[in-house]
Amino acid sequence: MDKILRVNMTDLTCKVEPVPAEFATLGGRALTSTIVAAEVPPTCHALGPNNKLVFAPGMLSGTPAANSGRMSAGAKSPLTGTIKESNSGGTTAQQFAKMGIKAMIVEGMPKDDKWYRLHVTMDGVTFEDASGLVGKQNFDVIDAMNEKYDKKIGVMTIGLPGENRLASANISVKDPDQKIRSHGRGGLGAVMGSKQIKCITVDAAGAGKVEIGDPEKFRAAAKVFAKGMLDHPVSGEGLPTYGTNVLINILNEAGGLPTKNFKYGTCEHHDKVSGETMYDTIVKRGGKHKHGCHAGCIIQCSQEYVDESGAYITSGFEYETVWGLGINCLIENLDDCARIDNAMDNIGIDSIEGAVLIAVAMEAGVIPWGDGKETLRVMNEEIGKCTPLGRILGNGTASVGQAYGLTRVPVVKGQGIPAYDPRSVKGIGITYATSTQGADHTAGYSIATNILKVGGFVDPLQKEGQVELSRNLQIATTAVDSTGMCLFVAFPCLDIPEVMPALVDMCAARFGVEMSVDDFVGMGSKILKMEKEWNTKAGFTNEDDRLPEFFELEPIPPHNVVWDFTGEEIDELWNF
Amino acid sequence: MKITVKLFAGFRDNRFKAAEQEYPDAATVGDILTALDIKGPELGVALINGRHVPPEHVLEDGQTLSLFPKVGGG
Ligand code: SF4
Repeated sequence: MDKILRVNMTDLTCKVEPVPAEFATLGGRALTSTIVAAEVPPTCHALGPNNKLVFAPGMLSGTPAANSGRMSAGAKSPLTGTIKESNSGGTTAQQFAKMGIKAMIVEGMPKDDKWYRLHVTMDGVTFEDASGLVGKQNFDVIDAMNEKYDKKIGVMTIGLPGENRLASANISVKDPDQKIRSHGRGGLGAVMGSKQIKCITVDAAGAGKVEIGDPEKFRAAAKVFAKGMLDHPVSGEGLPTYGTNVLINILNEAGGLPTKNFKYGTCEHHDKVSGETMYDTIVKRGGKHKHGCHAGCIIQCSQEYVDESGAYITSGFEYETVWGLGINCLIENLDDCARIDNAMDNIGIDSIEGAVLIAVAMEAGVIPWGDGKETLRVMNEEIGKCTPLGRILGNGTASVGQAYGLTRVPVVKGQGIPAYDPRSVKGIGITYATSTQGADHTAGYSIATNILKVGGFVDPLQKEGQVELSRNLQIATTAVDSTGMCLFVAFPCLDIPEVMPALVDMCAARFGVEMSVDDFVGMGSKILKMEKEWNTKAGFTNEDDRLPEFFELEPIPPHNVVWDFTGEEIDELWNF
Repeated sequence: MKITVKLFAGFRDNRFKAAEQEYPDAATVGDILTALDIKGPELGVALINGRHVPPEHVLEDGQTLSLFPKVGGG
């Protein structure tokens, strides 16, 4: 029987609760957002006792469905002040699902200054003394836990920035290779730190299999789904070879690659850090160009990036991070970028926020443009050790911009804008402006249709069609984020007609219920509106759904375009 | 006419990264794909001056054409 674990940090108790009927078919984002919306007062302080940190594996996590092993974490975000859902690979989603843990709700905060490690087993949660772990960064925590238990132990941990409640802190999750994937965006590591939880260990001994309501229907749908993923050229071929970083060159050619803190739309040295160069480098040095962030991923967009001697530098080296460091900060040396990526994993900050805030720090003159070595030092020694400068930086892009009196500060609702310029790729600008999560490309990835010609084509430089595109994508993404699926299943879903129905059939068969594609999308739409309503109660208005003013004032070359949507046009997004 | 062709991702395999090539006047993107032995359905995106162009688009002397297979990320 599935259960909900309610962990109270104030009196150090864990209650095992039955799953309410209305949660029975929910998972992932649908479940974390439903719980946060119902239980967290919208105006509470994100780092106070009334915020709750909720973990929920996806609807399909733990089943044999390909790419379904992602976990959602939700709370009020200390970075944006909005509701937040951030999902991650790693091993814990599948562990939770197999242990029958539908969700774990962490509430309250300790009355003293003691630090804890939550140890999750089939019997519930125990509160272990974490004093020996405090002050350690993530890789040391993982090593210590592997040594205490064994390599099968699931680990979710925060580094020093999380302990110190910096708003860019993430929650790091151990992957099958003992490395790290992250609940990256929105500062959820700071929420975990505010509750004085240094790490969460998961021992799945005694867990069974995830029960499937209609095994035959499930098997048939899973087969169609997996075939679609392998047949589609993006998920079947492009991503496993070049990883997400294949986007550097295409965004550069399209003039949508934000360069030098969003000053230019193309970058001269783009090929030095492109996906093609990264692939050649990895192959030449004997690294792995293909790697999955969780067992059961058949796309394998991740990789293992090694140095010249073949020694490991980093993995999960994503386009957004390479863009942020290699292009937006002008750090031309890919090895430097890889080392900084690894440092961000180790200290536990979001690698998108981390890269975007460094560009603003460069604009401020704190770090010279393009200086990878100094950036690495700042990561480890300033942000990683939470010095006064490290705190200004580690509190995110908006914090840096305010501290140094800058106006070119790319954030929406306090969250750093990622790797696609909204002036020259207008659909993504609508997503940044309106997302319930602050600026987030994954919330409605219009790049697919604006740039990659997946799911049709909407001209990236025209205003027409962008609001509708972003709306449809945001609704569908909310639903997909609830399944535990990696978002890259969207490429085959958008292009191959039988893939989306197969995904919905798997969800229906998992719970033994009837569910149509319309029901599934309707669930996405309902959850998205619920998130928006919660944000409204937290004090957000339409006026917060806007891009920073500099996008309207500074034309971006080569197309020399500005952001030209009116507020009224943007607000149309919520017309559904 | 002279056209600079830039190839990306898997299109580079056994071909080139960038090359200036001679094509008959009024050649289309599709003609250039044929000359490069790239089948129509393999094409993801074709760009000239940062703008998407369809396979039937007619090129002009001196232009640069960037060709991508179907790729994605995010
Ligand atoms: S495709 Fe990439 S992000 Fe998606 S599940 Fe696989 S490794 Fe993780």
